[in-house]
Amino acid sequence: MKKALLLPLYLLPLALLAQVKITGMVKDGRGKPVPGASISILNSYDGGVADSTGKFNFTTTEKGEQKLQVNAVGYKMFEQTLALEASGTLELQLSIKEQIDELKAVVVTAGSFAAGDAKRGAVMNSLDIATTGGAGADITAAFKTLPGAQQVNDQEGLFVRGGAGYETKQFIDGTMVNNPYFSSVPDISQRGRFSPFLFKGMVFATGGYSALYGQALSAALTMESIDMPERSEIDVALSPLFATLGTQQVAANKKSSWGISYNYVNVAAYFELVKQTPDYFKVPQFHNAEGNFRIKTKGGIVKYYTTFSNSSLGLRRPDIDSAYLKDAFDLNNYNWYNNLSWRENLGNGWKMQLSTGFSTNRDNIWMQVQDANNQPKQFMPAVSWMNNKTYRLYNRQTVAQLKAVFEKRLAGINTIRFGSEYWYSENPLRFRDTTYNVTDNYNALFAEANFYVTNDLAFTLGSRLEHASVINKTALAPRAAMAYKIGKESQLSFAYGMFYQKPENMELRYGGDMGFTKATHYILNYTKSTRLQMLRLEAFYKKYNRLVRTFPEYNTSGYGYAQGAELFWRDRKTVKFFDYWVSYSYLDTKRNYQNFPGEMQPGFAAAHTFSIVTKRFIMPIKTGFNLTYSFATGRPYYNLMLNNTGTKFNIADQGKTTSFKNLGFSVNYVPSAGKLNAKTNMVLVANVSNVLGNTQLSGYRYSYDGSVKQPILPPAKRSFMIGVFISWGVDRTDDIINNNL
Amino acid sequence: MKAFILAIALCSGIAVQAQSDKYVQAVQKNLALLDSSKTSADLQTASAAFERIGDAEKTQWLPYYYAALAQVRAAYSDKSADQDALATKALALVSKAEAIETNADLYTIRNMATTIQMLVDPMNRWQTYGSQASAALQNAIKANPDNPRIYYLQGMAMFGTPAQYGGGKDKAKPLFEKAVALGKAEQVKPLHPHWGGAEAEKMLPLCQ
Repeated sequence: MKKALLLPLYLLPLALLAQVKITGMVKDGRGKPVPGASISILNSYDGGVADSTGKFNFTTTEKGEQKLQVNAVGYKMFEQTLALEASGTLELQLSIKEQIDELKAVVVTAGSFAAGDAKRGAVMNSLDIATTGGAGADITAAFKTLPGAQQVNDQEGLFVRGGAGYETKQFIDGTMVNNPYFSSVPDISQRGRFSPFLFKGMVFATGGYSALYGQALSAALTMESIDMPERSEIDVALSPLFATLGTQQVAANKKSSWGISYNYVNVAAYFELVKQTPDYFKVPQFHNAEGNFRIKTKGGIVKYYTTFSNSSLGLRRPDIDSAYLKDAFDLNNYNWYNNLSWRENLGNGWKMQLSTGFSTNRDNIWMQVQDANNQPKQFMPAVSWMNNKTYRLYNRQTVAQLKAVFEKRLAGINTIRFGSEYWYSENPLRFRDTTYNVTDNYNALFAEANFYVTNDLAFTLGSRLEHASVINKTALAPRAAMAYKIGKESQLSFAYGMFYQKPENMELRYGGDMGFTKATHYILNYTKSTRLQMLRLEAFYKKYNRLVRTFPEYNTSGYGYAQGAELFWRDRKTVKFFDYWVSYSYLDTKRNYQNFPGEMQPGFAAAHTFSIVTKRFIMPIKTGFNLTYSFATGRPYYNLMLNNTGTKFNIADQGKTTSFKNLGFSVNYVPSAGKLNAKTNMVLVANVSNVLGNTQLSGYRYSYDGSVKQPILPPAKRSFMIGVFISWGVDRTDDIINNNL
Repeated sequence: MKAFILAIALCSGIAVQAQSDKYVQAVQKNLALLDSSKTSADLQTASAAFERIGDAEKTQWLPYYYAALAQVRAAYSDKSADQDALATKALALVSKAEAIETNADLYTIRNMATTIQMLVDPMNRWQTYGSQASAALQNAIKANPDNPRIYYLQGMAMFGTPAQYGGGKDKAKPLFEKAVALGKAEQVKPLHPHWGGAEAEKMLPLCQ
């Protein structure tokens, strides 16, 4: 028996003499040759590589039953059993199947701009946001340079494709952020609460977004926080406007981290230097505290982030209805935001993301008409309407959220995702002495599937079922998207979706027959991108139904539309070390909502918006220069006044603002640039918005009788910021390497 | 009985020897092919041949090393080729080799592959891939501080980095000198890599 086993070994030298020639061709499923495919006889040295026409040939000395294997990058491994004769030629026609993989497969780009290093086709990353000239490291300000967003600067928010600011919602790690901006001040836009450096990825969907998100008629800004910081560090920031002290500690095994920081903003010194139009009797002051921890689990991560802030300010402006009176506005705000999420790879193709969010926001506001000596003023019955301008307002918004998303990888990279979310919100508001409360239980079920027919053709189908107890309505929102690669670097995509949003709490206080407001999006997109260049053309049509009307009674009988075309071009190739992007948006929109007497172009919509953002980092002087220029044609403004019989609002006055122009400039000096793993990193930043001092008219405020109008302008023509950001750190990358040895 | 066992031992000895000769011949043949490769297609043919040898042998890291080296050279020789794909293939081959043995030469391939990936987009990738590339060389030094290829690669990295980024010819020169000295002193085992010293010597005049 043993001898029989040994026998073939003795015959080995003889076998060398007899060879079989194997020739043939390797093709893919569509009959195209696969150059570079490697063909081999398993467990032997014999094999060959397909040439540029897919042809191959080699000889083998193997005999009998053998396995032939074909491998090619981007294709599934192919095996075939061969019965090899002693000699002769064997001709093979081999067909191998394309491997659908995430890196090669087409992604739906209709409607969305991805930002961050994590995403392919990312438009910009955290650093790009921080270095957008004039944006002052504000996420919203940077995203305003992308097509689809309006250059509105008298109120905060992203006004997307004919949508109001509240039609764009922000989401962090899956849950909605209820108060993403610092509290509103009349006619002055406020910054966002979150630093771009908290996030590893951001997607700005200007329409047609995923069924995983809802309650935003126009756009969704989804942000994903960073997983594990690279290093332990102490951070300090100093400026005439603010001071920050914080630390981030990463465990030596890089499995967990925690961080805290405190930031204080006081603009008193700044307001001395840069005169503001309003009379600030209480200079804006902010205390912000942040905390976080992250723990790596077996196949995922638990992340917690919290921020607490208190801000106060008070300002006076001339009263429009009289020559000597003033309107005083005083605000005190507390905001506490919490986000806890757990992402886990459950194995067997299953993934899970659980997130919870809790936030509470309290605004204590008083408005008062004051006399020349800043004393409260009471009015005679004849002008009792003047008393309407004096009031106290307490507004608390609390939202608790729970969301679970499960994902299952099916054959190939096809995936299905489904889950559910629940938001509890309450909004007690005390106006003068009356308390109103709006409480809502919002539930949603959602499912979404990604199908890849080939690497070049993909579909996303989704649906979202929503219920809000406050209006006691249920709605089903279908979503669909498709992407088709038409060339090596170009693709077409299409997105469709229905989007629902419950009316704002301010509109729900008065009862009435209210339903979900609704928008239907149709988006067609063409994208051509290489690593350093991107061209994106998009056309859209958006239909609004059931917008909120506030007159003659509160209901959802409003309607409208928006349509337009947009262009985006980013180029980092043509001029070395020079990066620029250009955005252009054309928008045609009209709506009949609130107290509008008919279909009108809303005051936040300009027909043409253009931005160019340029960045140049000059290495020898370790300094970056960033210039941003934005232009928008005039926006309409209206004075709507109730007619004599009180049955209808009429347009008492209307017009168009002058065009909007803004040149923003920032410079950042980074002395540690170019040093790998520098212990100390320092960045010196200076930022100026509206360098040229263009008049940025947002509209007009009207007197009670409509006879006087005052322009709405920013509190100062230009705004400035200088600061130095320093971090001292220990890079944990080295520790990891040491521990693994 | 004893004779029978002896016979088996002898026979299997002969068989191993035969197998080993076949291995040596195949590696030598393909080394010649690798050295004479002029085009990307030649390099891919050599790489595939080495990978087949590695797959068939199962206990030899050298075929995978040469298969990976051919991928790296393909990336160097044709800048228009998909650099990421070639580097990824090289790293996959190194991983196969490292399942058998880890050593300084395999770390040098890791260094070259991650450097290729870094150079695709230095502005954005320099932090991640740059760190990986330098970590690979640190690991190589820990594995064998006398490997001349490490210092040749360190020298090339310095040579290619502008002085304002902390590189430059002055800093590259001592590294090339070290590579030359170590290259001359290196006891090369049959079939094992022995490049680095000669390449460093060619770089020295350029550092003046």
